[in-house]
Amino acid sequence: MNPFANRKYVIGSIFGLLILIYIIRLFVLQVIDQSYKLSASNNVLRYVTQHPARGLVYDRNGKLMVYNEAAYDLMVVPQQIEAFDTNEFCQMLDLTKEQVISRLDKAKTYSRFKSSVFEKQLSAKTYAAFQEKLYLYKGFFVETRTIRQYPQSTAAHVLGYVGEVNDEIATTDNYYVAGDYIGISGVEKSYEEVLRGKKGVEIFMVDVHNRIKGNYRKGRYDTAPEHGANVTLTIDAELQAYGELLMGNKIGSIVAIEPSTGEILALISSPAYNPELLLGRNRTDNYNALKNDTLKPLFNRPLMARYPPGSTFKTVNALIGLQEGIVKPETTFPCMQGYAAGRFFMKCHYHRNNLDLTASIQHSCNAYYAYEFRNLLDAPKYGSVESAFELWRNHVLSFGFGKKLGVDLPHEVNGYIPTLSLYNRIYGEGRLRSLNIVSLAIGQGELLMTPVQMANLTAIICNNGYYYAPHVIKDLPKEFNNMKMPYLVKRYTNVDSVHFKPIIEGMYLAVNGLDGGTARIAQIPGIEVCGKTGTAENPHGEDHSIFIAFAPKDNPKIALAVYIENGGFGATWAAPVASLMIEKYLTGTIKRKWHEERILNANLLDVRPKK
Amino acid sequence: MFDQKNNILFKLDWLTIGLYLLLVMLGWFNIYSAVYTDEQQALGFDFSSRYGRQIIWIMASVVILLLALILDSKFYSSFGYLLYALSILLLIAVLLFGTRINGAKSWFVMGPVRLQPAEFVKITTALALSKFLSAYNLRPEKFKTLLLVGAIVLLPVALILLQNDTGSALVFFVFFLVYFREGMPSVYLLIALLAVALFVLSLLYQNYLIVIILELLTFLAFYITYRRWKETLIGFFILESITGIFWVAGSYFRPEMSKTIFVLAALGFASVGFIYQIYKHRLKEAFVILLMLFGSIAFTYSVDYVFDNALDNYQQRRIKVLLGIEDDPYGAGYNVNQSMIAIGSGGPGGKGYLQGTQTKFKFVPEQSTDFIFCTVGEEWGFVGTATVLSLFLFLLLRLLKLAERQKSRFSRVFGYSVASILFFHIAINVGMTIGLAPVIGIPLPFFSYGGSSLWGFTFLLFIFLKLDANRNQLIT
Repeated sequence: MNPFANRKYVIGSIFGLLILIYIIRLFVLQVIDQSYKLSASNNVLRYVTQHPARGLVYDRNGKLMVYNEAAYDLMVVPQQIEAFDTNEFCQMLDLTKEQVISRLDKAKTYSRFKSSVFEKQLSAKTYAAFQEKLYLYKGFFVETRTIRQYPQSTAAHVLGYVGEVNDEIATTDNYYVAGDYIGISGVEKSYEEVLRGKKGVEIFMVDVHNRIKGNYRKGRYDTAPEHGANVTLTIDAELQAYGELLMGNKIGSIVAIEPSTGEILALISSPAYNPELLLGRNRTDNYNALKNDTLKPLFNRPLMARYPPGSTFKTVNALIGLQEGIVKPETTFPCMQGYAAGRFFMKCHYHRNNLDLTASIQHSCNAYYAYEFRNLLDAPKYGSVESAFELWRNHVLSFGFGKKLGVDLPHEVNGYIPTLSLYNRIYGEGRLRSLNIVSLAIGQGELLMTPVQMANLTAIICNNGYYYAPHVIKDLPKEFNNMKMPYLVKRYTNVDSVHFKPIIEGMYLAVNGLDGGTARIAQIPGIEVCGKTGTAENPHGEDHSIFIAFAPKDNPKIALAVYIENGGFGATWAAPVASLMIEKYLTGTIKRKWHEERILNANLLDVRPKK
Repeated sequence: MFDQKNNILFKLDWLTIGLYLLLVMLGWFNIYSAVYTDEQQALGFDFSSRYGRQIIWIMASVVILLLALILDSKFYSSFGYLLYALSILLLIAVLLFGTRINGAKSWFVMGPVRLQPAEFVKITTALALSKFLSAYNLRPEKFKTLLLVGAIVLLPVALILLQNDTGSALVFFVFFLVYFREGMPSVYLLIALLAVALFVLSLLYQNYLIVIILELLTFLAFYITYRRWKETLIGFFILESITGIFWVAGSYFRPEMSKTIFVLAALGFASVGFIYQIYKHRLKEAFVILLMLFGSIAFTYSVDYVFDNALDNYQQRRIKVLLGIEDDPYGAGYNVNQSMIAIGSGGPGGKGYLQGTQTKFKFVPEQSTDFIFCTVGEEWGFVGTATVLSLFLFLLLRLLKLAERQKSRFSRVFGYSVASILFFHIAINVGMTIGLAPVIGIPLPFFSYGGSSLWGFTFLLFIFLKLDANRNQLIT
């Protein structure tokens, strides 16, 4: 006999004792303790999400740009609905019976047990009236939320808007459930994590009449919402508003950057729209109206529109020429109102002959850049046109062209710098000649840049060869500081800083030259403005007017690019707009009222297509 | 053909098989309910859903069960060590080539099939242990035996812990219960119980309080050993007086110092006197008792260190929530809170099959795997939970009865292993759903969704049923 046989009773008792303890515990849990129990109709507990208020948005001077106001969402749990007086219900909410039925169906398809939004953003008045009768409508309750408000009604493209999460995000991201709000574009999207805060939940016990009977277990399981953190933007709200005003009745963009930091001071996309259109109960209608507008107000032009840079690009070619030793500041080229090579002729406007580099910028001489560019491509030291082109392209890319700059706003595009393989396809392998692509010398041809890239070019010139990626965020709470890291990195171009002086001088003379310049219209008494005009050929209509400028010449505070579609020559519309922006930013007022009036009265929307 | 003496069908324990089939079937119905929604029902029966796949796992277990019955009884004992060694190699392989699922690198993934070797190591460890404990010249009371049993059991534990699968690793400690049946000295079990109690107490209360309680117990032990109430009281009085003086004086002069230091200093001071008395009167037992006191105190203080340094953050929090130190209904306590609401809301009679709302809300996570017991509780109420637990207890006691009727020790040890493994799983799994055990992700036998666990339990059970069918043979 096994001496330990009695131990089977010990083990058996352990088994039996534990199961007995569990059964007693279950008896307490399921039969005696009422606090865990849901009533017969399963609706004792209601989980009400506490939506946090989103963070506020300030401009660089501490002016409030976005804040919140209370709104009330009517929620429904389909499973809890009982028959109710539809007439009164429809009247109170201003809905038709059919609408009510279709919304209930929609809620049922989402979930019979979980709450979903029945009617969004009731007014405070409707809410007050409805609140008193709420007990008559079982299964309905109200959740408080906040909606965005815009005291300035400007900068819609920067601020973006908030909307309901789509199904894809609601199912993949644990934080969101259907009906939650999320930043959809602009800063609201880029800094969603900062602005959204943290949801809380309050658990209520509800009686059979759908009336709240108090917090479940004295609120032990409730969590308070944490409201979103505030952010400060680099935008100057006043300058932004002024830019939008100037761009009224015009299509195009203005991007203004503080060169020493890469901070975007103003980002104007015209036509603009009032950000208030995209909130509240009429949001969908307004959105569709904006979407179908032929002038595409929703299109964020500074980041998404691509144009040829026109003559402004001569600055880049001049810098590359200097860096490669193809030209020196004192190098001159002849110009007989154009550039001729065999049967090829590139027109130029009238100016004095034999310009040096600085004067070629001042007068925007086409011939100068045709010579310079071809000399570069055909220079024997590179071995072939192809390798010279690749070298040139590399230099151009170092200016931040042809790829996203990494602006902290959604939907930025790359722009385009043509590749060797493109030309090999067009002209055949090894058959590229410098004359084929000479239009690149003056910023025409296959080049495509976004306005923000052009503003960045201006900042590079101010800084003598480096830039910080343009951005709109200025201050974030400490824990999100890593989101700012990419904007603290100095990015250098391939061009040495010593080569920038003659270019800046040329841009100064283009505005202030006594012997004429292309942009004398941009002069501001007392401020040394530097600028360069451009005209982008537009096959679809009147050419686009371009102007890049910065001021003051020494220690620049603002660098900007202005694009006006169908605006003709750069000097016609873009230069005066830029000049007014500079005056506004640097002095705070406008002294040249006639100038301002001319711009405000201009309507370039119905310019006829070019014949 | 129909030789009643030799046909295995007549020798199998059909009662156990009936219980097995009943539990698997109940399990499937609850998995169906756990994943059931109105929308899904409209789509008709779906083999890619969990309940559909569970049917495939169940059919596959029939193959496994037949395999277990066909293999010769002697196979299990002869190859016990070899299978154990192979499965250890498998554990090493999964560490090197396995796939990480839910944070544990313990799975082999081959197309749609996912295997968790730890499930099968339980079986091979049971075989190896049975083989070891059934050795002819075994001396269970020897310390060497404890070490060897420890080695067999703890080798897979170490490897599974390396996979970061704490739950599966803990299961192996239940093998000491099997060893207990085969003659492990009771004092080890007592020490283990004391250790568990001290672990829990030291997390709940200030350490100096525990030291004082231990001192009290020491004098109680002294009295029980020597029956000298006068000496006991004098010793206790002296110790507590010194403690009191140290406490009052210490708090007055050095209020910033921890109270623990005063209590320990007083004990050290008094111990000098005690040791002198022990030495003078040659009190061997009293010396052992004093040593145990010191050992327990050292253990109490090391718990904090081990707890803070050896356990992962989430494990610490789960234990703290279980002990009520922390309240965190949306973090570590979320599952348990939701699961208790689900079970509690079932009431005495339940809400009815497929009517559970907590289930449909998906409030309870892992509803069809680790928290399947919630579905039982919510939809079948106390009647359902009590029935299921009674069925499990019935099965466990039946297994003990079968184990005791084995002629060979090998079969008996294996029977105890099967019962103990099932017991541990039930205890932890059900315990965590009702807030009586920490949340450790191990399945409820035969109920939880999943192929590996179902196959593992089926194989384990039917190996024993095969051994039982040949209970009159001597298997070594």
